[in-house]
Amino acid sequence: MPDSIPVTDVDDSLLIAGKSFQSRLLVGTGKYKDMEGTRKAIEASGAEIVTVAIRRTNIGQNPGEPNLLDVIPPNKYTILPNTAHCYTAEDAVRTCRLARELLEGHDLVKLEVLGDEKTLYPDITATLKAAEQLVKDGFKVMVYTSDDPIIAKRLEELGCVAVMPLAAPIGSGLGIQNPYNILTIIEDAKVPVLVDAGVGTASDAALAMELGCDGVLMNTAIAGAQKPVLMASAMKKAVEAGREAFLAGRIPRKRYASASSPIDGTFF
Amino acid sequence: MNIQINGNTQQFDDALTAAQLVLKLGLQDRRIAMEVNQEIVPRSRYETYLLRENDKVEIIHAVGGG
Repeated sequence: MPDSIPVTDVDDSLLIAGKSFQSRLLVGTGKYKDMEGTRKAIEASGAEIVTVAIRRTNIGQNPGEPNLLDVIPPNKYTILPNTAHCYTAEDAVRTCRLARELLEGHDLVKLEVLGDEKTLYPDITATLKAAEQLVKDGFKVMVYTSDDPIIAKRLEELGCVAVMPLAAPIGSGLGIQNPYNILTIIEDAKVPVLVDAGVGTASDAALAMELGCDGVLMNTAIAGAQKPVLMASAMKKAVEAGREAFLAGRIPRKRYASASSPIDGTFF
Repeated sequence: MNIQINGNTQQFDDALTAAQLVLKLGLQDRRIAMEVNQEIVPRSRYETYLLRENDKVEIIHAVGGG
């Protein structure tokens, strides 16, 4: 007997901009209590792609303060700088250029251009504009967007390397609100589709993967859990389980029962 | 000479390069990136990049985010 049965007979790695990844769970580093908590949760998640934000350095304050990039070193993780809190295409492009300089030419970015603070919904016109500029500048753009299939297609056509529709508003934990739109986006896409934002618990992540998403990106669902390390582990399993269920092909839904035990051979 | 650094104006007696500024701020061992007047200053140019009166300098780093 072999030690383990191969689950799939083909390599099932996630391919983004020509680079392959074993984990389909991408995690953020925001909202953690401290650096050690961040490190432990990210390790438990098994994520290989980790998002960071770009902000002003504190001048003259906390000189000994640990640096996030020492906790999640770029030689171990693929760092995905985001453009969080950017409300214009110009601010987003500027943030990406600074991130590329910070990360010594690393050009994979998560583009998000937000519309307002209440919803944190993407400003689609500004997102399209920023995506076009960033692609022209040589960036590999993973783009946060709404669950609109037409916009997802437009972003792909502009040259984005991954399209990342929201499941629900950022940090809401509401889970996938519009699975049929997510499904349509997946069916039509030639680039990876990842659900980004809105996941609340493990079943939300599993559902995204069962729909056929290529991956899930989350932050608050792990960082905001009462036990972030345990939730990170749960999310890892949920993403793996959802992926395997998708590949396995679920049974069709039927309204009536269908017996599992044979009807022939009964003696009563 | 006045230079605005991350939104705060600081005064310097002498002209200084980007490298000297980084040293003065104690950031030489930190992972940072710099822009001056919204243009990136590559790390390789810190030694020769001379800052001017009223330059707006932004020094950034990576922080937790989703």
